[in-house]
Order: sequence, then structure tokens, then C-alpha cells
Amino acid sequence: MTTAQAALPKPRRRRSWTGWQFVGPFMAVFALVFLAPIAYSIYISLFKTRLIGGTSFVGLENYQQALSDPNFWDGLGRVALFLAIQVPIMLGLALLAALAIDSGRLHGAGFFRITIFLPYAVPAVVAAIMWGFMYGNQFGLVGNINEAFGVDIPAPLGPDWILASIGNIVTWEFVGYNMLIFYSALRVIPASLYEAAEIDGAGQFRIIRSIKLPAIRGALVIATIFSIIGSFQLFTEPSILQKLAPNAITTFFTPNYYAYSLSFNGQQYNYSATIAIIMGLVTMIIAYVIQLRGMRKGS
Amino acid sequence: MTTLQDAPAQKKQAPGKVRKYSTRPRKSITLTLATGIILLYSVVPLIWLVINATKSREGLTDSFGLWFADGEFLLWDNIVSTLTYNDGIFGRWFLNTLLYVVVGAGGATFLAVLGGYGLAKFNFPGRGAVFAVVIGAVAVPGTALAVPTFLMFSQMGLTDTPWAIIIPSLISPFGLYLMWTFANDAIPTELLEAARVDGSGEFRTFFQVGIPLLAPGIVTVLLFTTVATWNNYFLPLIMLKDPDWYPLTLGLNAWNAQATTNGGEVIFHLVITGSLLMIIPLIAAFLLLQRYWQSGLAAGSVKE
Repeated sequence: MTTAQAALPKPRRRRSWTGWQFVGPFMAVFALVFLAPIAYSIYISLFKTRLIGGTSFVGLENYQQALSDPNFWDGLGRVALFLAIQVPIMLGLALLAALAIDSGRLHGAGFFRITIFLPYAVPAVVAAIMWGFMYGNQFGLVGNINEAFGVDIPAPLGPDWILASIGNIVTWEFVGYNMLIFYSALRVIPASLYEAAEIDGAGQFRIIRSIKLPAIRGALVIATIFSIIGSFQLFTEPSILQKLAPNAITTFFTPNYYAYSLSFNGQQYNYSATIAIIMGLVTMIIAYVIQLRGMRKGS
Repeated sequence: MTTLQDAPAQKKQAPGKVRKYSTRPRKSITLTLATGIILLYSVVPLIWLVINATKSREGLTDSFGLWFADGEFLLWDNIVSTLTYNDGIFGRWFLNTLLYVVVGAGGATFLAVLGGYGLAKFNFPGRGAVFAVVIGAVAVPGTALAVPTFLMFSQMGLTDTPWAIIIPSLISPFGLYLMWTFANDAIPTELLEAARVDGSGEFRTFFQVGIPLLAPGIVTVLLFTTVATWNNYFLPLIMLKDPDWYPLTLGLNAWNAQATTNGGEVIFHLVITGSLLMIIPLIAAFLLLQRYWQSGLAAGSVKE
């Protein structure tokens, strides 16, 4: 560095390849476990294996088949319904908890924060097993409640309620996680905004509506996107509960479950890859739309 | 929530900041009780788990779910049975999980920190493309990749080995994103320039200047990758046939499913105790490291 350079207003970082030394290792593994499988699955989705004639190139035939496959639409409709109801409930609860903790008006706010977060540390497998026991008639929480209060709660593992029961498990697992994301975003709002609002005589609800919610829009968008991705990927909870509710949970209960069943019970790898790619596309499009809408409103 | 309305405008009390213009917000019993409902919802199933880990197999069905069974407190016996059942396979699963977490989540964190730092602090050809591809990948359902990854790995002869779990665990796009935003804020570029002027190599600068400043972000990413690996179910389910390589998630599910298979011994009490044993380490890590990961999350993840 010469003095002449140092005197320049703001030395722009020079473009050089040095950064690749840091990003390179990530990108190498990324290429192996993300890019290669995506490319590979697109490739195999263009083929079909038949009992007679072996594997042959069929172009987009698998895609046509998927789009007219009632099992696929059934699963897709189910996860769409799931995310339309479960995601708003979960994010709403998380937002309420975050605002309450952030308000500084809770007794023991720190205790609330960490305790509500704890279910996130419980693996989905354990959560599903646990709730499965509680739902079931064997260990009787539902039975206990029916007895104790003389009520008749519908069986959570029956065909009518299974989706809601799964929604409850997922909500339980992720309310605290989302609460923490929102809470962290609330913490970085500059105090000067509150001072100004107070001088203007704004009440708490006005502050929430006009300052807090707009300020955490980015966090809300990110949480929504992750929740949508999670809903479309729904697999663990239904696959664990399947043993308890074999009549309510089919092998095509969710598209992801369908893709799994196709490859590992049916050996239909090509078709399974097709379903996975379609779901990937649907997820990306919806995530992209949410991001565009969410961010545009903000500016 | 009504108490919010009638109270005079109050501000949140940020720790360590002196406010002259306002008193501390008055604590509200109503709000505490209302939020307490969410707290109960979160914690009651965990209490259920602890209580039921003290029961025998018979006690589980005979007694009220949210209270102890009469005259039996078998927590210790259950723990011993869980650890010794089937020649102590639970311990083996625990060690497997630990292996996947240490190598997988540790490696994922290292790659994310290295990459996030590179993205934040260097201007290199292809930087925009890297960013676009990785952020795009966050939206790709990880599980949608599992089937093609399985097919690829089986051709490479990696399935049914620990590598099949470890290698995919090494990538955390969200971790990279977190580290990138965190490094942007936490490391002043002037400091790196100063180190360069002093003749420090790029990696030495990274380890001696970058890493200490990134510590809260690193703890945060490490915890989140640890949870992801510790809880991983779909990938091992696809990749592994040999129970000797199972992680705890797969093992517990196998025990749970035993009840529905012909001639399988019903061991629900061990499933419940095993579940409890499985979640304790993570909960302990979250509690012990609370201060670090919360500040890391607040500083890095969600600023626009």
C-alpha cells in the first residue's frame, strides 16, 4: 500500500480470485450433493423402465403421467390445504409470543423465550412418536380427557382428523423456532423509533402495527418461505404415524411420501424422480412469489 | 392482551441501555397468563415424556398420562433397560449419531463459515452466481434430492456406509446465508486491510481476525446444523440398511415399529425412555449456549 492509494476516498476492493479459496470448498461439496443430484434426477426423469424392453428414453412422458396422476394431485392438494391452515396458525402464535416477550411486560420473559423454544430441540421422529402415543387410545391422553370431562373428542388418528393432528405436531415443533426468528428481528429495531412514536403519542398497538411489523417484514417473509418448504416436504410425521393410522395415511399421503414409496417400495425410480422435480419446481415458484410480494410491499 | 391498550406508551427495555425518558414497562399479569398458554402448549408434551419415562410397560396403559403410575418410579430401571436392550444397540446408535453430528455438522459449520466469510469479504468473479445458486438451493426441498442422491451414492458404493449420511450433511445453505450476513456486519473491512498491510496471509487473517469476531455467529450455525444432523431421519432411512449404522432417530423408530411386526416384542416403555435420553443432550446444549446463539441470531440472521 502506497500513501497515494491510502489517500484515495474509499479504496474499492479489487476483484481477484482470492475469495474462491474460501468459497471453493463449500461449492465443491455443494456441487456433489446438490447440483449433481438435481442434474441426475432431471436426466433419469426422462427415461422409463419397463418389464419388457428395459430402460428407454421417453422424453416428457413421465411428466405427463404425473400431471394426470390422481395420487399425485391428492397428495399435493393435501399439503396445500395443510399449509394454508397450519402455517398461518403457527406463524400467528409465534408472532404473538415474540411480541409479548419483546414488550418487556412479561414476568420471567427469559424463561418464556427458552421454554417455548425447547420443542425445536425435539427430533421430528421423537415428536411424532410422542404425540402418536398421546393421540392413541393405548396411552390414553385423549381417552383420559374423554373420561375425565365426559366429552367425546374425535379420534385424532382417524381419517377425518389425521391431517389436523399432524398439523398440531408440526406447529408444536416450530412455534418456538419461528418465535425466536421474530424476536431476534424485533430486538434490532432502533430504540429511537419508539421514542419518536412515544412523543407522537402512539399506543402499543399502533407501535406494533406501524413500527414493529414493518420492521420485521424480512423475518416474516423468510419464516413463511421456510414453512412452505417444510409443508411441501412433509414426510417424517406421516411416515411415523402411518403405523398407528394405517387406514388414514396412504402411501401417497404427501407428494414426498409418494416419491419415497415409488422408489423404495415400487422401484419406480424414474417416476419418483419426476415427482420430486415437479415438487421442487412448485416449491421454488411459490417461495419466489412470496419473496417478491413480501419484499415489494416493504419498499 | 387488553392491558397493552390502556397502559401508557412504553418501550421495550433493552439490557444495558439507559433510558432517561421512560420508566420500565410495567409487568402485566394478564399478558403473562395469556402467553402462558403458549408456554403450556410447548412444555406439557415434554412433561408427559418425563413422567411416562418412569413407568413400566403396563403402567403406561393403566395410569393417567399426565401423572405418575401408582407405586412405581422406574426411571432408572428404564434407562438401564434402554441402554442394555438388544446388546446395548442404543449406545451404538448414540455413538453413530454423535459421529454424524461431529463430522457432519462440524464440517457443515466450517464450510459455511469459510464460505460466508469469502462471500462477505471478497469481491471475486462469479460471486453473484454463487450467491444466486445457493439461495436458490435453500428453496429446493432437501428431501426431493434424497432419491437421486441415493441412486448416485449407490452407484458410487457409498450407501449403507456412514459417508452416505456425512457427505450430504456437510452442506447447509441456510448456514452459509447466516454466516454471510453475520460476517457482513461483524467484521470491519478496515481491520482486514490493516492485517494485510501488516503482511498477514489471507488464511492467517481469517483465523486470527475473522474467527474471533464471528464466534457468536459460528455458535449459532453450529447449533442449527447440529439440530439438523441430530434430527435427520429421511436421509438415513433411505441410505442405511444395516442397523449397526443407524442413528438414534432410525433406531427409535425401529423399536416403535417393532410392536406392529409379527412376533415383535412391544417395548413402548423403552421407546419413551430412549426418546427422553435422545433429547436431553440437545436441550442441554441449547440451555448452556443460550447467550451465544441468541446474540448470534439477533446480530446476523434477520437484518434486512
